Amino acid sequence: MATLARLQARSASVARQYYYRNSVVDVFRKKENDAAVKIQSWFRGCRVRAYIRYLHRAATVIQKRWRGYLGRQHYQLIVKLAYYTMKMNLYNAMAVRIQRRWRGYKIRKYCFNYYYLKAYLKAVSETNEAVREALEEFADMKEREERKADLEKEEKKRDYQARKTHYLLSTKQIPGVYNSPFRKEPDPRELRLQKAKPLTHPRPKVTPKRSASLRNWLECTRARSFPRSAVLPPIDRKPCQGPFRDIAEVLAQRYKPLEPTLRVAEPIDGPKEARAELQRQEWTRNVQDNLFLPFSSYHKSKKHIPAMHLSSKYGPDSYGSRHFREKNPERWICDKDFQTVLPSFDLFSEYGKLYSKAGQIV
Amino acid sequence: MSQRQVLQVFEQYQKARTQFVQMVAELATRPQNIETLQNAGVMSLLRPLLLDVVPTIQQTAALALGRLANYNDDLAEAVVKGDILPQLVYSLAEQNRFYKKAAAFVLRAVGKHSPQLAQAIVDCGALDTLVICLEDFDPGVKEAAAWALGYIARHNAELSQAVVDAGAIPLLVLCIQEPEIALKRIAASALSDIAKHSPELAQTVVDAGAIAHLAQMILNPDAKLKRQILSALSQIAKHSVDLAEMVVEAEIFPVVLTCLKDKDEYVKKNASTLIREIAKHTPELSQLIVNAGGVAAVIDCIGSCKGNIRLPGIMMLGYVAAHSENLAMAVIISKGVPQLSVCLSEEPEDHIKAAAAWALGQIGRYTPEHARAVAVTNTLPVLLSLYMCTESSEDLQVKSKKAIKNILQKCTYLPALEPFLYDAPPNILKHVVGQFSKVLPHDSKARRLFVTSGGLKKVQEIKAEPGSLLQEYINSINNCYPEEIVRYYSPGYSDTLLQRVDSYQPLIN
Repeated sequence: MATLARLQARSASVARQYYYRNSVVDVFRKKENDAAVKIQSWFRGCRVRAYIRYLHRAATVIQKRWRGYLGRQHYQLIVKLAYYTMKMNLYNAMAVRIQRRWRGYKIRKYCFNYYYLKAYLKAVSETNEAVREALEEFADMKEREERKADLEKEEKKRDYQARKTHYLLSTKQIPGVYNSPFRKEPDPRELRLQKAKPLTHPRPKVTPKRSASLRNWLECTRARSFPRSAVLPPIDRKPCQGPFRDIAEVLAQRYKPLEPTLRVAEPIDGPKEARAELQRQEWTRNVQDNLFLPFSSYHKSKKHIPAMHLSSKYGPDSYGSRHFREKNPERWICDKDFQTVLPSFDLFSEYGKLYSKAGQIV
Repeated sequence: MSQRQVLQVFEQYQKARTQFVQMVAELATRPQNIETLQNAGVMSLLRPLLLDVVPTIQQTAALALGRLANYNDDLAEAVVKGDILPQLVYSLAEQNRFYKKAAAFVLRAVGKHSPQLAQAIVDCGALDTLVICLEDFDPGVKEAAAWALGYIARHNAELSQAVVDAGAIPLLVLCIQEPEIALKRIAASALSDIAKHSPELAQTVVDAGAIAHLAQMILNPDAKLKRQILSALSQIAKHSVDLAEMVVEAEIFPVVLTCLKDKDEYVKKNASTLIREIAKHTPELSQLIVNAGGVAAVIDCIGSCKGNIRLPGIMMLGYVAAHSENLAMAVIISKGVPQLSVCLSEEPEDHIKAAAAWALGQIGRYTPEHARAVAVTNTLPVLLSLYMCTESSEDLQVKSKKAIKNILQKCTYLPALEPFLYDAPPNILKHVVGQFSKVLPHDSKARRLFVTSGGLKKVQEIKAEPGSLLQEYINSINNCYPEEIVRYYSPGYSDTLLQRVDSYQPLIN
């Protein structure tokens, strides 16, 4: 208790002391704190740096190893590739050599044989020359023949002329027109006249009774070439001459009808005519002139008279077209309506409604 | 006494009829009378006379009708409308040979005008009787019938088919074998008219064995017959490879070349047509013709004639050259190119020029050697002038342009190309400059020559759009020369030099 009392007595001075001492230290407190921090930071920095240095060293080692490994691997690859490329280049070069040789050989041998082509072209030009020559010769020959023919014709004409004018020949007494006494030599025509035989008088031609030159004017070779035959065919044709044959036979011989081949003899419209013939026959044979008309339209308006013993009504039955069940319910075996057994088909129940493109009902 | 008087009346009537019909037939030969005759209703008067009791009158009436119908298609139509044909057809089968000839003449005169009129004749059933007439003994009747059939078949494939269906072909083939030249001629022409429409019809003609007989007669001296024979063969050969080979199989080849030397122009033309129709099908057939020396013969033939007769020959050369490089070479060594260029410059007509241009293009399009062969004959400037000429037809322009392009793209013969630098339009200039740009880098002599001849200067003057193909070519030409030379030849270089003189400070010691 006494202590307590003592302490209580001292409390005031303690508080004062405390305050006092704190105020004295306060001046240095900040400084000291800063210093402590500085020391700590330096120490800690050293420690961390050392650790990082350690880590870096370790990482370098790892990286060194790894990169070395990768590099070696890459190098292997490059070497392999280079080797492969070298090899392939060599192979290709060799292949090209082989192909070059082969292709050259093949083309020269089979496709474009230069010497062959040359020989061919030479042969063609030789043939051309030969053909040209032959044709020339041929044309020459033709020409010669023609000239010869012309000459012959000319000669003939001159001969004929000489024969015609044979009277111009000089006689012993009187020189002819071509044999002038004032000239040294007679004209060549005179010589020709000497050689020629005088033309004899033409005999009067026996004109055929009917001009057979009908051919000429049918071909229209001359403009006025009609046979002006005075003799007309007799109108009162007499019966055949002579009692050699029967008249009917002679006539049949003379006016023989055409005997065409079967195909020509048959008319083109054979079926049509046959049909017409049938129709004609029917016309003659028909007893009843009223046409028998087909059922469908003719009997529509007519009323059917039922037979006496018939009880059922005549006319179209609606069963099957409008209904499928007996109309009279009393004749039904069961009195229920018909029911659908199968479920209705979805698509049909939606039939008639609008659909979108995706198939949904709108 | 009285009997004689009665008969005299008849005789007078008959005389009058005869005279009338003869006068009408005579008048119908002159075109200026036709109109008057028509207006006078000659048709209706002649018709009953066709049924006259006197055969001479019948024949003369038919003849008059034929002459009228021959004149124009209105009259021919009047004959058809006057229901004269059935009478004719009926009596064609029954009467004597003179009447048959006259009736066939009428049918021919009617049928030649139009397919409709020919169809009218067919509808009358005339074909069957005409075919029967082909079986006649008289060659004149056969000739008239074959003539009429040929005129009917000429119009179109259906009518030809009708003629074929009537069974005319075997008989026509028989007619070819007859001794009469005129009949042979007409029958060959009828066969040609039938075969020309379709491969099937041609095949029918071939099946009847016509080719062998036709081929035998190629050497016949008669020119008109030769014309028809060659035309028939070419109409057969034109349809397909098979038919062409059939024609070749008849061993026409060295023989037909003699026809190219014939006096008659149309024989020449038809012979070249035949060769053309054969050559156009396959390289093998062309090769056969080349081996037989046909190309040389055709080239000679082209040289020996003028105008349209040349055309098939020119086309034949084009077809042969179009098949392959070697065949084109064969045309070149047969001296075809100079002949074609002569055609190109000489012929007045555009379509022949166009054909020649096309053929030259076909020859020159393969290799530089081919193109050189074409270029040395100095053809390119002619082609260019044809292309540039405003009077040329469109077809000619297109063809010559194509030929120029084909040849230029292969041409390495620079002397021929150089003129093109000066007067070619841009679309052709492109190819020319392109050829220079391909050749110059590899040829030092040509480079030198190109500068001295002023080509380089011209190239510098060309205005090309940057980035275009032409510019690229120009650049590659410029790359072949030192820069100073290129600059020296560029336009405006002297001005820049003068400017340098102006701006130069003289050195004063």
